Amino acid sequence: MLLERGPFAGSKNMYGGVVYPRILDQFHPNWWEEVPIQRWITRRSTMVLTATQAMTVDFRTQAWGEPPYNGATAYRPDFDHWLAGKAEADGAVLVTSTTALGLLRDEAGRIAGVRTDRPDGDIHADVVIACDGVNSFLAKEADLFGPGQTEAGNYTVGVKETIALPKDVIDERFGVRDREGVDIEILGGTGGVNGGGFLYTNLDTLAVGVVLKLPALGAQPRRPEEIIADLKAHAAIAPLVEGGTIVEYSAHLIPEAGRSMMPRLTTDGMLVAGDAAAMCLAAGIWLEGVNFAMASGIYAGEAAADALRAGDTSAAGLAGYERRLGDTFVLRDHEKLRRAPGLVLSDRVQHHYPQMIANVVERVFRVENPRPKPGFRRIVREERKRAGIGLRDLARDAWAGIRSFG
Amino acid sequence: MVLVSRRPEWPEISFEERIGTTRFDVHERAHIVVDGSVCTDCSTRECIVACPANLFVPTADGGIVFNYEQCFECGTCYLVCNREGAITWTYPEGGHGVVFART
Repeated sequence: MLLERGPFAGSKNMYGGVVYPRILDQFHPNWWEEVPIQRWITRRSTMVLTATQAMTVDFRTQAWGEPPYNGATAYRPDFDHWLAGKAEADGAVLVTSTTALGLLRDEAGRIAGVRTDRPDGDIHADVVIACDGVNSFLAKEADLFGPGQTEAGNYTVGVKETIALPKDVIDERFGVRDREGVDIEILGGTGGVNGGGFLYTNLDTLAVGVVLKLPALGAQPRRPEEIIADLKAHAAIAPLVEGGTIVEYSAHLIPEAGRSMMPRLTTDGMLVAGDAAAMCLAAGIWLEGVNFAMASGIYAGEAAADALRAGDTSAAGLAGYERRLGDTFVLRDHEKLRRAPGLVLSDRVQHHYPQMIANVVERVFRVENPRPKPGFRRIVREERKRAGIGLRDLARDAWAGIRSFG
Repeated sequence: MVLVSRRPEWPEISFEERIGTTRFDVHERAHIVVDGSVCTDCSTRECIVACPANLFVPTADGGIVFNYEQCFECGTCYLVCNREGAITWTYPEGGHGVVFART
C-alpha cells in the first residue's frame, strides 16, 4: 500500500529541476518513451556570478538528447504521478489524500503500521517504509533521527518561480531545439546568504530560483522573493527571463549535509528512504535527489519483500536494504562526497573564490595597451590576495576538493 | 551585496499575486499554530524573513500573527525558530494544503 497525503502523487513535491532516471533502466526498459518529461538536458552550464560579472562553463552534447539520455527537466507533479502509476501497475494500492499521523506499535512495542487521518484509519503493516519527506515525522517518532537532522544549518530552502514564455522564445534564447533543454547552475547571485541559483528550461516555462542556507537566511533582511528578483535582474540572467509571467511559486526544504546528517535507516519493522533519509546529493557540480529517492525506494521495497518471504521483518531481517544501498551509488556517492557539502557552502567557495575567478578572467582578457600583458601567475597571485584568500586556505580547500571529487 | 544592474522589463507583482499563482486547497483546521505570546521577547525573528510564503507578520504590540492558509508545508519556520513552544507544526489533513502543478 502506497500512502500519499496530497490529492495525487507528486502534488506535494517540488525540486530544483533535473531528474536522472537511469535507475529505471532495469525495471522499465525504454522508460524514456513514456516518461512525462519537459526537456532532455543537452546543455549544462555552470555559472559563477558576482554583482557585475559572470563566468560560465558551458557544455553541450547531442548524445544526451538521444536514448538512453542523461537528465531531464520535468514537473514533479507529472513525473511522480507517472511513477506512482507504475507502482500501481505492478500491484501497489495507491491511497491518496491520506496523511500518516504516526506509528502503530504492537504489544511488544515493535512498529506495526501507521495511523492515518482517515476514519478508522489504522493501517497494520509488517514493514513501514518512511518516505514522508524531508520533515519525516515517522523517522523522528521511531527515534531514528540523527543529531544533524534537527540542525537548521544542515538545510537550505529552495524557492522557485515557474515563468511562462513561448516555446520558440525559449528555444531561441537558450540555443536549443525540439526537446533539447538547458540546466544552468549558479554559484553566487544569492546576495549575502550562502546557497546558489538555478535556471532550467521546461517546454514553455522556465524555472528560476535560489537555494538559501538556514538559519543564515533569517539573520539578514532580504526575503527569498527579493533575492530571486535580484538574481533575475543580473545582467547575465535578465535577458533570459525577461517578459515572462510567473505561473507558479513554490518552495521546499533541502537536506544539504549528505552522509553526515543521515538518520539510522533501519529498525525493527521500518526503513527510511529518500528525503526522509537526507539522501539529497548537494555536491556543487552534482545536484541530485530524485534518483536517490527512486533507488532507495526500490531497494527498500526489495528488502521488505525479502524480509516478508523469510518471515523476519526485524532490523536483522531487513538488513538487505542497507546492503543494497552500500553496494550501489546511493551510499557510495554519499560516502565519497561526504566532505563536499561543507566545502560548497563555505564562505570561501561562496564569496571569495567567485570574486577571485571573475577578476582573474577579466584581467586575462582585458587589453590595456600600451601596457604589455601581465603574466597569468601574477594576476592570480594579486587577485587571490585582493579576495583575501590565504595560500594555506587555498591549499586546504584544494585538498578537500581533490579528496571529494577526485 | 545588492546586485548592480538595470532593472529588467517585467511587471513587478505583489506578494499576493505571486502566491496567488499556486493552488492551495485550504482545510478549516490550521495545521501550524504559532503562540505569538512566546514571540514577544524574541529579538531575532528569523521566521519573518525566512518563510518563503511570507506567513509571519509582526504586530504593533510586539507579537507575531501567523496565517496558515497559503503555506508550502516546507518546514523552514520551525527549523529557524529558536523558541521552544512557539510553533506547533503538523501537516494539513490529507488532500488539503498546497497542490503543486508545474514545479
